[in-house]
Amino acid sequence: MLELKDLAVNYGSINALHDVSLTVAKGGIVTLIGANGAGKSTTLRTVSGLLKTRHGSIRYEGEEISHLPAHRIVQRGISQVPEGRMIFANLTVRENLLMGAYLRKDRNKLGHDFDSVFEIFPRLKERAKQVAGTLSGGEQQMLAISRALMSKPRCLMLDEPSLGIAPILVKTIFQKIVEINRSLGITILLVEQNANLALEVSHYGYVLETGRIILHDKCDALRANEKVKSAYLGGH
Amino acid sequence: MNYRHIKKWLLLAAIILSGFASHFSDAINAYYLQVVIFIGINIILAVGLNLINGYTGQFSLGHAGFMAIGAYVSAYLSNEHSAGFFHALGGASFFSVAALFLGVLIAGGLAAAVAGLIVGVPSLRLKGDYLAIVTLGFGEIIRVVIQNTDAVGGPRGYGGIASYTTLFWTYSIVAITIYVVVSLIDSTYGRGFLTVRDDAVAAEAVGINPTRYKVTAFVLGAFFAGIAGGLYAHSTTYINPSGFDFQRSIEIVIMVILGGMGSTAGVTFAAILLTLLLEYLRFVSGYQWLPEIVRRIAANRVIIYSLVLIALMLLRPQGLFGWLPRRGVPVGSARVKRTKLPPHAP
Repeated sequence: MLELKDLAVNYGSINALHDVSLTVAKGGIVTLIGANGAGKSTTLRTVSGLLKTRHGSIRYEGEEISHLPAHRIVQRGISQVPEGRMIFANLTVRENLLMGAYLRKDRNKLGHDFDSVFEIFPRLKERAKQVAGTLSGGEQQMLAISRALMSKPRCLMLDEPSLGIAPILVKTIFQKIVEINRSLGITILLVEQNANLALEVSHYGYVLETGRIILHDKCDALRANEKVKSAYLGGH
Repeated sequence: MNYRHIKKWLLLAAIILSGFASHFSDAINAYYLQVVIFIGINIILAVGLNLINGYTGQFSLGHAGFMAIGAYVSAYLSNEHSAGFFHALGGASFFSVAALFLGVLIAGGLAAAVAGLIVGVPSLRLKGDYLAIVTLGFGEIIRVVIQNTDAVGGPRGYGGIASYTTLFWTYSIVAITIYVVVSLIDSTYGRGFLTVRDDAVAAEAVGINPTRYKVTAFVLGAFFAGIAGGLYAHSTTYINPSGFDFQRSIEIVIMVILGGMGSTAGVTFAAILLTLLLEYLRFVSGYQWLPEIVRRIAANRVIIYSLVLIALMLLRPQGLFGWLPRRGVPVGSARVKRTKLPPHAP
């Protein structure tokens, strides 16, 4: 569904990504793990059009999208949940969700989509009229995910969904991610520092190190891999 | 009757009311009438700037420049082309004057909007202070260009402008401006302005094009400023480049800050209040019984502005009218920490 080939990205003169190639199969959950500064977020931001590529290609459903601006990419059905949540703090929960559907043409179907989002995150329904900036960290993350869902994506990219959230909520959020994948059939590309958790819920994983993919395999195999264990899973 | 209809009826009522008031304007002291018209012009300027500085979170310091363009373009057109226009319409009747005035006002507004587009497209890549500096520079450039354009009198100013501005014109346009801005911000499209201010990256991630919104805000704000400039020119009947200087821009910015950025109602009240205050200071500087230092300060607007701004930032960072419904103010900023956010945003 999504295919990155020899992708290279620069921040000024610094190479952030070198020849990153990865494939996200339709209907799967693929995770990108790695240390701080490995280039995980850069990869996502490049796919969603927030960063420009130096060379390499990004193909989505067979079409090249690396040259498109961000809003065109959302239109094609790839939606990103940005790192650090980045909700619209001064709009209400409901308005945030409406903005998620900003590019949708079928506005008459929004009611149904509100229902399906609220079904996944009932907490948001209770808080629909609340100003989003007053939500807790976990609730804001739920809102950020829901907002991305409102654009009816076929591919959802999540950037560090566990960042700065109470541990008890992290588990809930990851369960919801699996639920979104299974019940809504949305393909997911997940970037996560918490490698344990990410490999647990995903089907396939890539390990990034200083802008290069050094390893990729099924998640079960990665979890058994000695190198991954010692470097990312805290095993000995 | 829902909210949307109420807004439309209010608009209509305001226009009828201003027409009605205009009918009796002969009975009002000419000076007071002038002040009331200036209040209206300032409301248009401040509400327009609020779209840029308040709702979209950009910082423009060149609003007087857009106003100058509107003033000069409309004045030039009505001075140089009214004779031909009236001739074509068979004389200066009530309707031909109205058509001419509307035409030159819109021409002034459009000219300012084009200028807004020209400045906006390259400079809106800049943020915060940098944008402020560019817009400030732009305002000064406009002023200097006019000062050196002989066709409109250069530094001598441009006079002999017909006195077309009435209460009706001013307050109908005030009502339309407020209506347009309020309706815009209430719409799904308009909420985009607020998202650009809240978080431009997140806005981009949901498919909003922030640059387009910034430019739209800029162009719309400039358009209203141009219209206000046209009203101003046809009210004072004489305009001078120095009337559109940096101080004028600052004045409008203060109205926006005073009103609590992002509140159209607050900004409207602030425009009324500040216009009255500045007029009152004219008298204060003439009161001989006051100590000279007070009179000097009163005569120097820049000092007053600075004092007002410093006092405001310390005492009421949410703006004088902070209790009024407002949108697009970042949660967690100093301005909001002091007030409690309402549980339900308007």
